[in-house]
Amino acid sequence: MRLQYPANVKIIRLPCTGKIDLIHILRAFEKGADGVYVVGCLEGGCHYIGGNLRARKRVEQARKILDLTGIGGERVQMYNLSASDGPLFVQYAIEMNEKILELGPNPIKLKKDAAA
Amino acid sequence: MTENASTKKIMRGAVMVVGGGIGAMQACLDLADSGFKVHMVQKDSSIGGTMVMLDKTFPTGDCSMCMISPKMVDVGKHRNIDMHTLAEVVSVSGEPGDFTVKVRLKPRYVDPEKCTGCGTCEEKCPKKVDSEFEQGLSVRKAIFSLFPQALPNTRAIDRQNCIYFQKGRCKVCEKVCKADAINWEDTGEEFELNVGAIILSPGLNRYDPEVRQELGFGRWPNVVTSIQFERILSASGPYQGTVMRPGDKKHPEKIAWIQCVGSRDSNNANPWCSSVCCMYATKQAVVAKEHDSSIDPTIFYMDIRAFGKDFDKYVNRAKDVHKIRYQRAMISAVREEPGTSNLILRYADEFGELKDEIFDMVVLSIGFEPHADAEEFAKIFGIALNDHRFPATPPFNPVETTRPGVYVTGIYQGPKDIPETVMQGSAVAGTTMALLSEARGTEVVVKELPPQREIADEEIRIGVFVCHCGINIASVVDVAAVKEYAGTLPHVVYSGQNLFTCAQDSMNKIKDIIQEHGINRLVVAACSPKTHEPAFMDTMESCGINKYLFEMANIRNQCSWTHSKEPDKATEKSKELVRMAVARVAKLTPLQEKKIPVIQRALVVGGGIAGINAALGLADQGFEVILLEKEESLGGLATRINTTIEGADVKSYVNDQIEKVTSHPNIQVLTQALIVGFSGFKGNFTTEVLVGPGMYERKIDHGVVILATGATEYRPDEFLYGRDDRVMTQIELSEHLQEKGAESLNQVVMIQCVGSRNDENPNCSRVCCQAAIKNALKIKQMNPKTKIIILYRDMRTYGLLEDYYAEARNKGILFFTYELENPPEVNSSEGDLTITFKDRVLGRSLKAKADVLALSAGMVAEDTEELSSILKLARTAEGFFMEAHVKLRPVDMATEGIFVCGTAHSPKLISESISQSLAATARATTFLSQSHLTLSAVTARVDPEKCASCLICVRSCPYEVPKINAEGVSEIDEALCHGCGVCAAECPAKAIDLNWYEDDQIMCKVDALLEGAL
Repeated sequence: MRLQYPANVKIIRLPCTGKIDLIHILRAFEKGADGVYVVGCLEGGCHYIGGNLRARKRVEQARKILDLTGIGGERVQMYNLSASDGPLFVQYAIEMNEKILELGPNPIKLKKDAAA
Repeated sequence: MTENASTKKIMRGAVMVVGGGIGAMQACLDLADSGFKVHMVQKDSSIGGTMVMLDKTFPTGDCSMCMISPKMVDVGKHRNIDMHTLAEVVSVSGEPGDFTVKVRLKPRYVDPEKCTGCGTCEEKCPKKVDSEFEQGLSVRKAIFSLFPQALPNTRAIDRQNCIYFQKGRCKVCEKVCKADAINWEDTGEEFELNVGAIILSPGLNRYDPEVRQELGFGRWPNVVTSIQFERILSASGPYQGTVMRPGDKKHPEKIAWIQCVGSRDSNNANPWCSSVCCMYATKQAVVAKEHDSSIDPTIFYMDIRAFGKDFDKYVNRAKDVHKIRYQRAMISAVREEPGTSNLILRYADEFGELKDEIFDMVVLSIGFEPHADAEEFAKIFGIALNDHRFPATPPFNPVETTRPGVYVTGIYQGPKDIPETVMQGSAVAGTTMALLSEARGTEVVVKELPPQREIADEEIRIGVFVCHCGINIASVVDVAAVKEYAGTLPHVVYSGQNLFTCAQDSMNKIKDIIQEHGINRLVVAACSPKTHEPAFMDTMESCGINKYLFEMANIRNQCSWTHSKEPDKATEKSKELVRMAVARVAKLTPLQEKKIPVIQRALVVGGGIAGINAALGLADQGFEVILLEKEESLGGLATRINTTIEGADVKSYVNDQIEKVTSHPNIQVLTQALIVGFSGFKGNFTTEVLVGPGMYERKIDHGVVILATGATEYRPDEFLYGRDDRVMTQIELSEHLQEKGAESLNQVVMIQCVGSRNDENPNCSRVCCQAAIKNALKIKQMNPKTKIIILYRDMRTYGLLEDYYAEARNKGILFFTYELENPPEVNSSEGDLTITFKDRVLGRSLKAKADVLALSAGMVAEDTEELSSILKLARTAEGFFMEAHVKLRPVDMATEGIFVCGTAHSPKLISESISQSLAATARATTFLSQSHLTLSAVTARVDPEKCASCLICVRSCPYEVPKINAEGVSEIDEALCHGCGVCAAECPAKAIDLNWYEDDQIMCKVDALLEGAL
């Protein structure tokens, strides 16, 4: 379909969203990412039965930690879609991108810049 | 046959499969996976058949393409499957075991050896044609692939529509093809293939609804066919999944589905039931509503035929949760409302009142019919057809034809849905294997690999190849800049670019460069690893490098295609993706795929008709089989059935099969056997059995399990059953007729759905409608004067069984509907057995006296509670075994190496049980025919030093694989691990790592991406 989505979205491949670890998400923020989102199969449609449900919990956990640290939990998000649903993938990418633009850069970055 | 001729007889280890749909694909894969060479002959330019056109499948709502495309890839890359597309069979000669088949390839005008499938020709071709795949709702080009995921992805030129062929000038495709693949001189080709057996799976045609002019198709633009509606729903379809009506692109709210268009109608259509339309209409209504909640669907039907496993649960959900309206009515006419393009449907409702109702859009649920050339096709293969032009098949093996060695499968054999098609694809493979078992392995290609290079002491040397993909990548991304950049990254000793990295000459070049530069890890920046990773990994293996030292950067799908309007950003992102891939490949370590031996012995649980056939299917191929039966004798429920509805003698068939099984040298029958213990994994199971009457213990080692535990007839407690001798089940009635005849029967009443489709058992038992009609016709044959009344909810004589329903009506058997909430009343007083029921059309109660009241009692699964807990098998709420996937893995259980067949899976007819038992043999043979199984290396492993035995992995694994071992730490059996990584992510001690996705192999990508971000 070759639908266009924002170029600042970059994908890291996992066998299943059930493999996503809290430390993967936190590491991204530590290294300066402005937002992270996890895209899994539709709920009930996980290829490995329920990995996407566990991923959702971990994303929620990450949100709490990011809220506590002041980075902001809304910078991390879980989405579900089916592999054929390109338009929805694009919609989520745009949605996330707009949200992150609104939130502005990762506060760690700002701190660093300020310190510099 | 003379002695001399028989000794000379040739058996070939190759099979031809004609057709390319999901059933044909399943047959090809099962055969190729168990030691046979397969030639697939497909008339279209791609494989895929009907299923690729569907949007979603019920009940899971899984995307159809997502499910089928991995299977297509499996077929495409299988070294023992040769695909011949745009091909047809011209003639067949020879005998079972040794046929010579002449095949004609139509000209494609594109050289598949050179074409890389980049699609530039298609993009630039100026000629637009109505797309067959999109059902005329959008256009394709004159050089085209049927659909984006087509396989092979070599384009084909449609000569009739090509400007060059028609007008002598254009050749744009030739000009833009960087691979020089266009061949105007292509005249096609004819060649001969020698095969041992031929499988026919050409599918069916769809009914042309223009024949029924009163429904307005072709005249009113907002009347569409059901297959058009699938495309409308599809996210990759003509409207990107937005539900619009073709006439004016408005969003419809009221949508009507008209059922049985082209089916169950012997006047201007086909007399049979197409078996799938009730369920697909329900699914389409549900999915449409999910797309747009304002849609208000109505399904106009005669009978809702939700006869498959758990189908009624889906229909009930559609009614109760999704508020789909079901209206029992035949539509006599569809007219367009002037000005609005809405459609007026005229029908008589259930009370006989004539109504006009307006809808925004109408979907015609069109049925299946044999292809127009069915007779010629059958003549080429020398097989006979039945009255309806379907292949004539014997009742006890639905995949055999009148010509030995030529088999049929899928909807070509008779209308059926996807799981039944897949099941029968395996069944036909099973039957073929039995014929050709002695030639197994004689024609297959075995991959020879050089020894793996030991790289532990080598420094990391990464090679990066950046692909132009013709102009797919290069027209947007600055490939040279990406290549230059890659060369500056750590450990990269070589970076290069290719026009098409996946082309055979590039692959050879890569091999040379790997050797020349001592490369020990590879990055390819090109397209999707989903399609191309296996090919590059093969290339690495052939250079003696561990194939897991590989990573792809998908700079086409994730950069050039999706950021085509921002080339600078696309190039920048490509560099980042390459940087990430290089970082990861440096962290990868060689992984070895473990090989485990297979015990070439099968355990079949259950000695009914399914178990017996499964055992024979395997034993005839030379495998050892242990058949367990919990009762004293074999035969199961089938021993109580006299004939099939077609009149075939079940009793003598069952006795013959029992005789074969008990005298077979490869089969050991254990009766009064009880399973008490079970352990192991695919290829290596051990089962403990107590064998009666002495209950001595036996331990059986085996490689596979086939579950065929069966079902029984429901024992009713309603309608005076057990309290009045004249009330009996259908099986008891057939026994009664056998013993006492029908002379004394003046009137017989039958009640359908007893013990089915109610609160306790929401499912349809599938066999009862035909059982009632079978007995009713039998009574009419014995005593034409007997009056018969059948009280039903929906008559479910699916497929070709509809003939018997029509015959029953013609013979004067009366049918009345009743509703679940308002069942018939049965009274026994003063010697009379009276049945009172309400007639819908008359609107009042009727009374009928009966000499016999036959209850169509449903099917209940045998009690397998203990067995399922010992073998750890999932069952439905009603106790039927739950297959690994309802659509594409209807015979496999979730635990690999365990298969299910017959009524243990769901209620079914004898012929269907046999079909599934043959399917189980084919699936089991894919294991048993191999001496070793290769396990995926992407599995989880535990570091015992770090494990705190907290049990979190044990609890989180969806497949219950981790166990606490004798040392008190968690252990994961790599033979059982599916590689999802859930345990690794959950483990609080970080004691578990998933091979190939270790934490630092993921986080190094994060780090590489964000390099310099702070």
